Amino acid sequence: MSLDVARVRKDFPILDREVRPGVPLVYLDNAATSQKPTQVLDALRDYYELHNANVHRGIHTLAEEATALYEGARDKVAAFVNAADRREIVFTKNSSEALNLLSYVLPLGPGDEVVVTEMEHHSNLVPWQLACTRTGATLKWIGLTDDGRLDLADLDRVVTKRTKVVAFVHQSNLLGTVNPVDVVAAKARSVGAYVVLDASQSVPHMGVDVQALDVDFVAFTGHKMCGPTGIGVLWGRADLLEQLPPFLGGGEMIDEVTMAGSTWAALPHKYEAGTPPIAQAVGLGAAVDYLTDLGMDNVRAHEHELTAYALNALQQVDGLRIIGPTTNDERGGAISFALQGIHPHDVGQLLDERGIAVRVGHHCARPACLRYGVPATTRASVHLYSTTADIDALVTGLDHVRRFFT
Amino acid sequence: MTDESIYQEIILDHYKHPHHRGLREPFEAEVRHLNPTCGDEITLRVHLTGRTVEDVSYDGEGCSISQASASVMTDLLIGKTVDDALSIHDEFLRLMHSRGELEPDEDVLEDAVAFRGVSRLTARVKCALLAWMAWKDAVSQASGTAGDTGAGATSEGAA
Repeated sequence: MSLDVARVRKDFPILDREVRPGVPLVYLDNAATSQKPTQVLDALRDYYELHNANVHRGIHTLAEEATALYEGARDKVAAFVNAADRREIVFTKNSSEALNLLSYVLPLGPGDEVVVTEMEHHSNLVPWQLACTRTGATLKWIGLTDDGRLDLADLDRVVTKRTKVVAFVHQSNLLGTVNPVDVVAAKARSVGAYVVLDASQSVPHMGVDVQALDVDFVAFTGHKMCGPTGIGVLWGRADLLEQLPPFLGGGEMIDEVTMAGSTWAALPHKYEAGTPPIAQAVGLGAAVDYLTDLGMDNVRAHEHELTAYALNALQQVDGLRIIGPTTNDERGGAISFALQGIHPHDVGQLLDERGIAVRVGHHCARPACLRYGVPATTRASVHLYSTTADIDALVTGLDHVRRFFT
Repeated sequence: MTDESIYQEIILDHYKHPHHRGLREPFEAEVRHLNPTCGDEITLRVHLTGRTVEDVSYDGEGCSISQASASVMTDLLIGKTVDDALSIHDEFLRLMHSRGELEPDEDVLEDAVAFRGVSRLTARVKCALLAWMAWKDAVSQASGTAGDTGAGATSEGAA
């Protein structure tokens, strides 16, 4: 069964709004954040209207209900990514916090090396730069090919016996590239390194099975997958998370506390200090239900088809150069491009005058922009509710932009 | 374009046909300023003769707003005394921080009044200010190295 996009769009009230009178919204900034369906908004409202309490403490009815909803969301997320054990799902604030957590708890020291790629989002680059500065480890990276793929010829040179962590992105937010996780992970395994996957742009758009990926840790964020902001997920192998030290200290993450010292709570609570983002977790649970009902294979198929349509249509625009893969294999629906002689800011501004929302800038992936010799790009990115009409509006808008500035 | 558009004819004219563009000699100070959120950059030189802004030359790349603003700025500031130029600078900053609320003084700002619309868009104000910040920085350095006696020319921390 394929996706009924017209029906899906009815679930997203914001898609009906006008940006200004007579100018309907064309939302193509999904790699930055997704819109939220009524089902998620209702879950948030229900939680606050009927069940709001703090979790894991108190024995009153609301506390029981809130705890059941919060932990129920964990079960939903665990099932969604096929975690072997619900204790492997740690709720964080976002992907950045999940990756920062890892950069603090994974053991590193002088002589050790951390390997990333040149296409990382700053959130999977800067934490490792900081960790290397802190511990005396060295940061290395896998370069990129001209067509926007990982340069796998670099792999044997960069990943060595000194490598302790290989952290890389599943789907690039800038280029749209889907990386060969199996190839990189196998190389990392061969030298005994931890394997960290930034799945912020993949979990919202394709079925991701964390066990099948053969990696150690996966980070993703709720707001890009139709959930609220303020909730992210770290999945990690239970045996590893059990051995590793805690990250943030505080309430909830302890077992026994004395003035002399403390012991840690069992997983996952060991990594969830303080009152967690409860409503946001509940909202994410509703988003996971929503996506599961539609079927991630259907979501993937719809976006794949739309990406092919967009790649073809954009390449008909005079002076447009795609930054990233121009073919639709191993590629997601985030498409960055440069328009000859016109700055992305001007592209974005003029598109906005026509109600079209795209992202302009370096997309928190400045090294990759530098690699391709552009200070910034314009990026259009689709999601499950995007249509060919959205792409058509974009292409017409870009023609208008070109005429305006020439 | 609608009346709402930030792309006034004046701005587009300056963008397509920039005035005083290119780096020239002589100069007492050269600065390079960046707008990290969008990658706009400008290299700008200032040449002072006594208390007069003899020349402002620049090169760089960026959006139409940042480029047009540099062009408009050089028209306004070249040939003025440093003190007059600084008060024009301050007036432009006031306009850009006004969120479209200020009625700009056309006698002082001339073509720069066209940037009033930009001041409504917080994301673009930095673009419009890039050249002006660079100029302020450069003139402050040039005044210092020239051993200039003029009070006020090295004022710090405005805006």
